[in-house]
Amino acid sequence: MSVLVYIENTDGQLKKSAFEVATYGKDIATQLNTEAIALSIGDISTDELSKLGAYGISKVYHVTNDDLKTFVNQAYASIVAAAAKQENASVVVLSNTFSGKGLAPRLATKLEAGIVSGAISLPTINGNTFEVQKTAFSNKAIATVVVDSAVKVITINPNSYTVKEVGGSAALENFTAPVQSSDFSTVVKDIVRATDKISLPEAEIVVSAGRGMKGPENWSMIEELAEVLGAATACSKPVSDAGWRPHSEHVGQTGIVVSPNLYIAIGISGAIQHLAGVSSSKTIVVINKDPEAPFFKVADYGIVGDAFTIVPKLIEALKAHKGN
Amino acid sequence: MKILVCISNVPDTTSKITFTNNNSEFNTAGVQYIINPYDEIALARAIELTDAGTSGTVTVITVGDASTEATIRKALAIGANDAVRVDALPSDAWFVANQIADYAKKNNFDLILTGRESIDYNGAQVGAMVAELLGLPSVSIAKGLAIEGNQARLEREIEGGKEVVSATLPLVVGTAEGVAEPKIPNMRGIMAARTKPLSVVEPIAVQPLTKINNYSTPPARGNVKLVDENSINELVNLLHSEAKVI
Repeated sequence: MSVLVYIENTDGQLKKSAFEVATYGKDIATQLNTEAIALSIGDISTDELSKLGAYGISKVYHVTNDDLKTFVNQAYASIVAAAAKQENASVVVLSNTFSGKGLAPRLATKLEAGIVSGAISLPTINGNTFEVQKTAFSNKAIATVVVDSAVKVITINPNSYTVKEVGGSAALENFTAPVQSSDFSTVVKDIVRATDKISLPEAEIVVSAGRGMKGPENWSMIEELAEVLGAATACSKPVSDAGWRPHSEHVGQTGIVVSPNLYIAIGISGAIQHLAGVSSSKTIVVINKDPEAPFFKVADYGIVGDAFTIVPKLIEALKAHKGN
Repeated sequence: MKILVCISNVPDTTSKITFTNNNSEFNTAGVQYIINPYDEIALARAIELTDAGTSGTVTVITVGDASTEATIRKALAIGANDAVRVDALPSDAWFVANQIADYAKKNNFDLILTGRESIDYNGAQVGAMVAELLGLPSVSIAKGLAIEGNQARLEREIEGGKEVVSATLPLVVGTAEGVAEPKIPNMRGIMAARTKPLSVVEPIAVQPLTKINNYSTPPARGNVKLVDENSINELVNLLHSEAKVI
């Protein structure tokens, strides 16, 4: 028996989510009195993969060949399923990222495993029965899911599990990929990634703005604030619907759900649909000229006033803070 | 082209979410149900791809009891040609995916669309499960979908950007914002929907693999601390020393 964790990388770098799944997998393995093994697919250096040892991973399997440099969910699912079988894994842990969502349900189907996606805490384990808490109703609720299938697949929400270094080192081994040509029926033609921008779902700080900004031409101060904080930028639904900002920045019930350490909402009133997407943020700051804006009810800190005067002052204050 | 659109019957986005029976069940009292917003995007794109159902057909399928029929009729009013309801409660994604895969297997669709996820249980599981059960390719979070002949060109959302993906039909796609604008039914559509075929089929026997035991609501926050707009430094200090987030 073992716990298998699937490790994602971006351009050969381990993402924060990789350390989150490693820690989560290790913590389950400890409860089950077994070991946590990792599997990585694609181009990544052995030095980078060795870092997982410090998070309690005892062995890292690495699969790479030219066909697997880009994400192909059928092929990746075949490989993770084969590794799970070889290692007799009773639990497979993935991150609930965009790729994780394409991969985990296929994997669960191959393994006939019960799957919990969007877990936010460690399972309560009672024999073969796991109870896992996950977000539901787009962050308006938490559901406790019971799984008692022989194999279980759990995907954890980014930023919801604290990474822990426990010391240790991992053995690295190549894993031979049992893939067939039929596993490659989707082909990645191109990848467009803004490398200078911070990925919104994984960001620790998010600066988000709404209709109060009056128009897309006023976003430079939002971007500057984000840059000073090392934050990702986001927006409300009306803003992306109006085409002021791309859909990929829309945070809320029908957009991206985020749980950063700090969420700064500027000129967003706080409709229930928007709050659903941000309510699991650890700290929320609201800047709005309307003291009655519903967002203040769920905020930790607030400033009532005009964003066009407050944001530049905030940028200066943060620059001074960083300078100290 | 034959398209199957899988729709979920979900509480309206403005619903207050509460629970009954010792927090073991969702409280449906006073809740308005809608087509899952992401599924509406899938439906809108399916209608576009078939020139409003003239150069192909759009079938909608849902797994649910008779109470979901208002939502199904709305999908027909928006422009689907016909509808199927699998007469069972959607107990988990595995159960639902098996029902849809079973129906799809018997009816040979070129394209199967789902929303990227439902806004109630947020599983994002059914589409990729259906694909795996049918041995078809799938793209789980598509921001763009174009079809030419039997080739699909998709934009897939990735962290911090997008991937351009090509695939051969038949294919399963989970649609997100950007694929199409949801359509609003017009009066003619609403009238026509009353007589469009809605067939009810019996479920196949499948054991669910997961079950929800109980629900809770996220802990409420304390009162907001207001900072005067002329003392911005105080906010910076609070974020640094009290919240410890910068």
